[in-house]
Amino acid sequence: MAGVKYVGVSRVYAKGAAPAVDALDLEVKDGEFMVLVGPSGSGKTTALRMLAGLEPLDGGRIEIAGRDISDVQPKDRDIAMVFQNYALYPSKTVAENMGFALKMRRVPRDERDRRVREAARILDLDPALLDRKPKQLSGGQRQRVAMGRAIVREPKVFLMDEPLSNLDAKLRVQTRSQIAELQRRLGITTVYVTHDQVEAMTMGHRVAVLSGGKLQQCASPRELYDNPVNQFVAGFIGSPAMNLVSAPLADGGVRLAGTVLPLGAQVRAAAAREKLTELVIGIRPEHLHLHLVGEAAAAGGARADGAELAGEVLLVEELGADALLHVRLVGDAAVADGPAAAEAPVVGGTPVVARAEGRKPPAPGQRVAFRVQPDDVFAFHPQTGARLAG
Amino acid sequence: MTAVAQAPAPAPRRASRRVREMTGQAGWTVLGWAVGIAFFIPVLWMVITAFKPESAAETWPPQFAFSPTLSEFRLVFSGMGPFIEHSAIATVGSTILVLVLALPAAYALSIHPVAGWRDSLFFFISTKMLPVVAAIGPLYVIALKAHLLDNIWLLIILYAAMNLPLAIWMIRSFMLEVPGEMLEAARLDGAGRIREIVEVIMPVVSPGLVSTALICVIFAWNELFLALNLTVTNASTMPMFLISSVPQEGLYIAHLSAAATVASVPVIIVGWIAQRSLVRGLSMGAIK
Ligand SMILES: Nc1ncnc2c1ncn2[C@@H]1O[C@H](COP(=O)(O)OP(=O)(O)OP(=O)(O)O)[C@@H](O)[C@H]1O
Ligand SMILES: [Mg+2]
Repeated sequence: MAGVKYVGVSRVYAKGAAPAVDALDLEVKDGEFMVLVGPSGSGKTTALRMLAGLEPLDGGRIEIAGRDISDVQPKDRDIAMVFQNYALYPSKTVAENMGFALKMRRVPRDERDRRVREAARILDLDPALLDRKPKQLSGGQRQRVAMGRAIVREPKVFLMDEPLSNLDAKLRVQTRSQIAELQRRLGITTVYVTHDQVEAMTMGHRVAVLSGGKLQQCASPRELYDNPVNQFVAGFIGSPAMNLVSAPLADGGVRLAGTVLPLGAQVRAAAAREKLTELVIGIRPEHLHLHLVGEAAAAGGARADGAELAGEVLLVEELGADALLHVRLVGDAAVADGPAAAEAPVVGGTPVVARAEGRKPPAPGQRVAFRVQPDDVFAFHPQTGARLAG
Repeated sequence: MTAVAQAPAPAPRRASRRVREMTGQAGWTVLGWAVGIAFFIPVLWMVITAFKPESAAETWPPQFAFSPTLSEFRLVFSGMGPFIEHSAIATVGSTILVLVLALPAAYALSIHPVAGWRDSLFFFISTKMLPVVAAIGPLYVIALKAHLLDNIWLLIILYAAMNLPLAIWMIRSFMLEVPGEMLEAARLDGAGRIREIVEVIMPVVSPGLVSTALICVIFAWNELFLALNLTVTNASTMPMFLISSVPQEGLYIAHLSAAATVASVPVIIVGWIAQRSLVRGLSMGAIK
């Protein structure tokens, strides 16, 4: 068993500064692919470097395989790290780079050779490249050598800090699935840092979302997407991002785009308990179901099976299979004027993004109406950002 | 139709810009050559004069038609033996000493900075701010008491001390170029201090070390003041030989030129061999 456990781990770089990592509690199970994700400066790299032993702990402890390793030398932690810029030794050949850690461990030469070749085979790295210097390799090959250097050590834990950020978009997507597949095959516990939520969602068994040094939520990608615990996670996970709008509470729901968007009884009860007059409402782009296009969509309205939100298309982004509609929802004032408002251009109003089928998306300037299921509406506390149970 | 008519229109403007760029480039080229030649002419003059007979060397206007002779060189070769030897020992010895001392010092001031590294760094360079003339008195007394006057070891030590601050600064700036990630990778791979230096840092800084060593060689080879004041015969160096080529009376320009030419040959050869690493090294660190 080689799980990793952070217990109340903190790191404060400068006295008086906010902690870069703040009382982090996180458990990575044996063989699990854990992704740390978060915006720039959220403490992902710091958390990873503490696990590697490259950064001291200012509080808490870290365990690998049940053993407290907080004071253990990096080389004795039985981990291997893939660096963002690969950190290959320029004067050594590819084979020497990959075998260096084994050489330091006094592994005999033929055993070393065998393991380097094995790693090259696993990574699909042409054996002819083994005698080259890193400078003579392409970016993608270098990346694989860096992976190889980690693999030959057969460590308990892999650490990777944005290992794909130096690759071009296409190669990144390819390598992403290769790494995930490799990890599955080797079954080695992996902690992977990225700021790219797509990478996090596609690669991780579980994803830990960090912000401001604090762990926001750690769950499976599906769970993060379907059940974000707060506004930050809701807005960070998903592309395009969830539409987040603050809206005043009204009878039975919230007032939005001249209509009342119904909310579940539990959410309303929670809002009442907190004595809120306003909520932050979250709707994913694919949950805005395009319902009407043209004049008929002039005004929305509340319905038994949800609400209808009306607006005007500002911009259409074609993605091929589907299209993103940038829509300005009709404001209350516009609707109050009655049917006459339908001809007037929409001024103000709430901008939202909706996902529509790519075949026949509406054109910019057209009026549209969306249907929203009550179950698809998230509600958050306007001050704390916490999810109001729904 | 209009599109066809318009298409060539921007061409003349583009062409004129290229002409301007080219004339600008040509201007820099001419300036570069002018400066280069200005530096080279005195050297050429020295070499030409070295081949003249003494009688032809000092005429005005200068003579260009003369029968070249090696007589002055013969004279120089016959007398310079011990001087060359002392210079070589002092130069090589001091440069090795400098590298041996500067490497660990630069390491401790860059890769794993010791407490107070800033002050140390400033102290090293501050020793170069005192004119050597001001130190020569105490140096003489110390050398006298240590029985090192006119001893080659004295020059080795003094030249090492003279070059050490610059060497530390240079090597330090090369070491700062070693990527932090690479040092961390080495740490994770289990490399200790020695392995880290030998296998990871040295390959990266070696062109810098070569250029540092070369600069030390050149400075030590050309040093005159200390040698003049602290040595007589047992440790006198090439620059002193040049001075001794100037007789009390009579013509000496051709002889001096021959001696100076011989004295500069080693520096030129060393510089030529290491040209590439010198350029690479100097453009790598702080002295950009
Ligand atoms: N060596 C350091 N000294 C002082 N502060 C630091 C240091 N390294 C990081 N920090 C600070 O700690 C915080 C977390 O940094 P960290 O590098 O862990 O962020 P990150 O999540 O990896 O961001 P990114 O996605 O940009 O890499 C930041 O506010 C950063 O400014
Ligand atoms: Mg980072």
